[in-house]
Parts: sequence; C-alpha cells; structure tokens
Amino acid sequence: MRVELTINGEKHAADVEARLLLVHLIRDVLRLTGTHIGCDTTHCGACTVLMDGRPVKSCTVFAVQARGKALMTVEGLEQDGKLHPLQEGFVAEHGLQCGYCTPGMLMTSYAFLEKCPDPSEDDVRWAISGNLCRCTGYVNIVKAVRHAAAALRGGGV
Amino acid sequence: MIPAAFEYHAPASLAEATALLAKLGDDAKVLSGGQSLIPLMKLRLASPGHVVDINGIAGLAYVREANGALTIGALTRESDLEEAEIVRTRYPLLHDTSRVIADPLVRNLATVGGNLAHADPANDHPATMLALGAEVVAHGPRGERRIPVASFFTGPFETALEAGEILTEIRVPAPPARSGGAYLKMERKVGDFATAAVAVQLTLGAGDVCAQVGIGLTNVGLTPIKATEAEAALRGKPLDESAIKRAGELAAAAAQPSEDLRGSVEYKRDLVRVLTGRALRKALERARKGA
Repeated sequence: MRVELTINGEKHAADVEARLLLVHLIRDVLRLTGTHIGCDTTHCGACTVLMDGRPVKSCTVFAVQARGKALMTVEGLEQDGKLHPLQEGFVAEHGLQCGYCTPGMLMTSYAFLEKCPDPSEDDVRWAISGNLCRCTGYVNIVKAVRHAAAALRGGGV
Repeated sequence: MIPAAFEYHAPASLAEATALLAKLGDDAKVLSGGQSLIPLMKLRLASPGHVVDINGIAGLAYVREANGALTIGALTRESDLEEAEIVRTRYPLLHDTSRVIADPLVRNLATVGGNLAHADPANDHPATMLALGAEVVAHGPRGERRIPVASFFTGPFETALEAGEILTEIRVPAPPARSGGAYLKMERKVGDFATAAVAVQLTLGAGDVCAQVGIGLTNVGLTPIKATEAEAALRGKPLDESAIKRAGELAAAAAQPSEDLRGSVEYKRDLVRVLTGRALRKALERARKGA
C-alpha cells in the first residue's frame, strides 16, 4: 500500500505492507534512525514521534495510519545547525546518560512545552510519565525540560 | 515484533464500515486507537485477516452535553476527554478515570469507544460507565440501537455487539444537583493495568441521604463488575461511616479476583474494600460541593 506523508517538513513516500509499523517505516525504510525502538510493547516511549503535533508511540501505529499526516522526529529539532533549546537543556543539565530514551523524551517534551510553557516539576513528571529512563532517575531530565522552558519563554538561551 | 499479515480497509463512512464488517465476519477487527489491538497483534494473540480502520470516518469524535446527557463520540481520544472542560467541571468520575488510563502518550491515540468495545476487564472505562449508568450506541447494517452498559459486557473480551455492529457513541446521564463521583485506581506504576480500581457515582437527597449510587469494579473478575449489593445497601440510607464501611465489605464480596503478579486474591479483595470506602468518601465530598 502506498503511504505518502511529511516528516520534518519533507515529503516522503513508500510502498509498504499493511502490517509495517510506523517506527519501522521511519527507521528501516526512510532511514531516519534517530527514533529508537526500546521495549516494542507500548511501554517505554523511546519510539515517540509527533503525529499531527501529538506525541505517540510509533511502535503502536501502523505505517498506513500515517498516510497524509505530518510527522516530526528528533531529527527535526535541530534547525540550521543550531540545537533546539530542549537539546541544549539536556546537555546543560546532564539529562541523559546512555541516551537511549532521549529521542522519545525530547519529542514528548517538545509537544508538552507547546501546551504548557511554564511547567512545575510535577507538571513535567506527569508529562513524561509514559517515557521510561533507566539511567538518570529522571531528576536531570526534569531539570533539562524546565531549563528549556525558561529558554523558550525568554526567546533564546 | 511483527504482526501477522492482514488486509487493511479504510472505509470513509459508517455504512461502508458496517457493510464490510458484516461481510468479513469474525475474521475482521475494528481498528480505533489501536493501543490494545496492535500490541495484541504484535504478540500474535490476535491475528485477524482483515483490519477495518474507522479513523477515517468523520463525525465520531466529540464530547458534548445536551438534552440531559453527555454524549461522547466513540473515536474521542482519551486525552481529549481528559481536557474537555465539560468533563473536568461536571463529570469528576470521568475526569479521574481519563487521567489514569495507560499513560499520556497512549491516551493521545486510545479512544473511549475502543476502551469499552475491547471489553478487557482490566480497562478503566467499563467500571466508570457502569457506575454512571451509561448506554452505548451501536450502528449496524440494520440501523442503530442503544445498549445499557450494564448488559454490554457478556464475557472476557466479549460484548453484546453483533456481527457488523460498531460502537459509535457513549451516552452518560447528566448528573442531578448534589452529585459527585470518583475513580480510585491502585496501579504498580503509570501505564500498568489496575491491581484493582473502584468507580463511584452518587447523588445526595435531603439530609445527605444517598438518593442514587453506582459502583463499578475494575480488574477483579472476568468482566467488569457492578457491585449491586453494595449499591442497594446504600440507597435511601444516610451516607455515614457505618454505611460506607458496609458498602466496602459488600463490594469486596462481589469481587472475583484471580491471583497474578499484581497480588493474591485476598489482597485484591481487600483493596476493593478499602478503595470503595475511599471512593465513596471522595464522591460524597464532591457531591456536597456540587451545585
């Protein structure tokens, strides 16, 4: 089946089997490997991408369901060689160790900050409760997201 | 994990979808939010030959209150239910529930209709809708009918929906003045199914007498359970501590849990007792504040 969609503003098309999962379309067919596959069971959120602006677990969506949709993956964060404030926040606050969960954390946080630009610690913990990290204990991830929120509110770092 | 191969259908109308389902029979599954179906297909616990994706059918996602009922379109995403102003202000039981279903990412796709039609006794909306005395609307090749939620769940993962029928709407009676509700869920972590959960909806009469009450239990039986004896014991009585205690015991007696990694039979039964008491107290507090 023919799938045409937009990822990070660029048009893509592929002929896929109906059973192909969206994460496999993104990684294996279109070779955008920034999006990770973690648990493959809808728990961990490493595969989170934005579909029409909403963060979803791309291991639990069929690629054919993304026909005509606008996707954003972690590759879409950096603009003109400059890291997004969220990425800068994760660097500044040491928000990652092994880095495996980071693409999902970034995409969930990106959508969250658009809805909630000045979050409390509890707000952030609530927002990322569908994304698992086995390294950091979340403390620095929460700091990183709030760091980014402050930067975005200030119109730059 | 890769699901078994299937044929994908994306009907553009309800009529097209119901005709397809009637023709394909048991070999077809409806794809709504997909947050239960796709994991089951990946584990090969489900291997339908046909998947009928209803997401392209317009007009099935809405939350509105009119003519004495809150109507929820079956394709309403859980996150949209959670954020709906009318739900937050008038239906605290639904709001509580929408915030503890799976996790925020899953709720962006998961639908209210799917949560009910999947009929997993571990799902949260079945108990909520039992407590609220809701009805579902089913669309089939022979037209539309309404089914009370109390007779909707016929077995584990089985519903009163007939071949070719699609659940299209949930209808919740608008709460009278001095009503309140609460959903209390014990879960090991965000995203887990309930070890046990209890939904309560009640309406107060004069002198804080319980005029109406509904109690639903999650994941303590082969189907969602309506704790009818606990309800009967409360109706018409003052909602004091002894009545609440008695209702908790009767709800615990109605639970039919099985032992698993989340706990023993005794533990889960006792959770039902404790959560019923807490949910009743919280619902009572909200009803007293309610308009």
